Amino acid sequence: MTTLPASTNKKLGLVIDLDVCVGCHACVVNCKEWNTGGYGAPLGDSDAYGSNPVGAWLNRIHTFEVTPDDVPASIVHFPKSCLHCEDAPCVTVCPTGASYKRTDDGIVLVEEDKCIGCGLCAWSCPYGAREMDPVEQVMKKCTLCVDRIYNENIPEIDRTPACVRTCPANARHFGDFADPNSDVSIMTRERGGMDLMPEMGTKPVNQYLPPRPKTRPEAAPQITTPEPKAEGGLLGWVDKMLEAI
Amino acid sequence: MHPALSVIFFTVVSGAGFGLIFMLGLGIPMPEGPIAAFLISVLAGGLAFVGLISSFFHLGHPERAWRAFSQWRSSWLSREGVLAFITLSFFAFYGLFWVFMGERVALLGFITSFFALCTILATGMIYAQLKTVPNWHTWMTPLCYLAFGLASGLILAAAFTSLSSALLAQGALGLVILAWAAKLLWWQRAGSIGFSGTNSDTGTATGLGKIGKVRLLEKPHSGENYLTKEMMHQIGRKHAAKLRVISLILGAAIPMFFCLAVAYMGLPTLLLVIGFLSMILGLFAERWLFFAEAKHAVSLYY
Repeated sequence: MTTLPASTNKKLGLVIDLDVCVGCHACVVNCKEWNTGGYGAPLGDSDAYGSNPVGAWLNRIHTFEVTPDDVPASIVHFPKSCLHCEDAPCVTVCPTGASYKRTDDGIVLVEEDKCIGCGLCAWSCPYGAREMDPVEQVMKKCTLCVDRIYNENIPEIDRTPACVRTCPANARHFGDFADPNSDVSIMTRERGGMDLMPEMGTKPVNQYLPPRPKTRPEAAPQITTPEPKAEGGLLGWVDKMLEAI
Repeated sequence: MHPALSVIFFTVVSGAGFGLIFMLGLGIPMPEGPIAAFLISVLAGGLAFVGLISSFFHLGHPERAWRAFSQWRSSWLSREGVLAFITLSFFAFYGLFWVFMGERVALLGFITSFFALCTILATGMIYAQLKTVPNWHTWMTPLCYLAFGLASGLILAAAFTSLSSALLAQGALGLVILAWAAKLLWWQRAGSIGFSGTNSDTGTATGLGKIGKVRLLEKPHSGENYLTKEMMHQIGRKHAAKLRVISLILGAAIPMFFCLAVAYMGLPTLLLVIGFLSMILGLFAERWLFFAEAKHAVSLYY
């Protein structure tokens, strides 16, 4: 059913900390690795070892340069995957009912057997979260690792999305935004978590924590190199005599 | 956006087909006899149907297309499929009565016309609903689709009509002018809007604009991907100015010339078929630009 649920019991999603992400792409790789063997058809690639490889990825990292007026530029790595929007346009545009948002936990999924590969959902997503599988010709998107988070066959510590589990910097966090006392809700509150493109009216669940302000010293530090001075001995005497001349 | 040939063909040809169905349903006088009735019905239904079939080539899994009838409550694409099916079903009955009984049932015709109108509007709404593409996100988009569909349908109806007066050719001339006037306004809006309709840029899209000036340093991957190919199509925009002139000559000037010639110089109405074919070619160029020039919000991240 492609009408959206009025509300969901849980709002599962991610917090992505732009202050911490080091841009290592480990989450990208682990996402691809897990999702090529997990939910639905494998995440396909075409010409994977050729000169023009193209493949479906559910998570990609962009790297931006941010230049304030008064201090030098800084680099911000920007991971981007499905934001599991509350008002997901990709769900309502789907003509077949393949795209849906779960009432229970708010995860947006594609039922691949029903997908006709028209691509309209990808057009309706402002974030570029959906990609057509070049082999299977069905729409692929982040499942929030629905086949991990409820999976009782894996150790409890692994029951988080693959991207969160693998992040070596702890830049990604998984939790329930419907619970005001969850880690993700607290983090979002304390760090001023933001919606991406709020003007699109999608009400994204995933939140981005902005980079913390960089320290800005009152005055630029004066860098002085001390003059080399020889202490004592023959060299010290020569140094002293030559300076006196 | 990537201008897929199957979708360009679908929107233009189906639009003309449903436009002609609309005109026939209104009861525009056509030549007598079952053979003429059959040929004209097949032409109108055929144009709409061939266009719809063409859209199947755009799908990754055409064999599942029947599922698209299910989500009419929320999806314009689904509504379009349902409406097209209803229109063609009514038109099939209308055509059967016409061919075998020699009678054009007025009530059935009006119902068919109504659904033909709705079908063209639904096609336009598939694009107009997308907030992510500011060029398309306006009520003027379905209006242009409707105007072009009706104009090309009326030219074709005027070519075959049994009316001795030049009334239909005059009507077609008027509709072609109106359609292009709407399109020129659409182009003017599209040229000025960019992403400013939503005041978005890379700074707002990333939320980093509050810190400073934002520019992309590295793409996620060194190569192309589905998003850059589908949403950030560049080649189509290269010859935009030339394509606009071509679309105006083929889609506006030549059809208008034939309408004028038939309406005021007494030339045979059948010449309007040339005007129709030219208009379709012009609309292919117009539709190519409709896709190729449209910018998608995701390009703010690239």
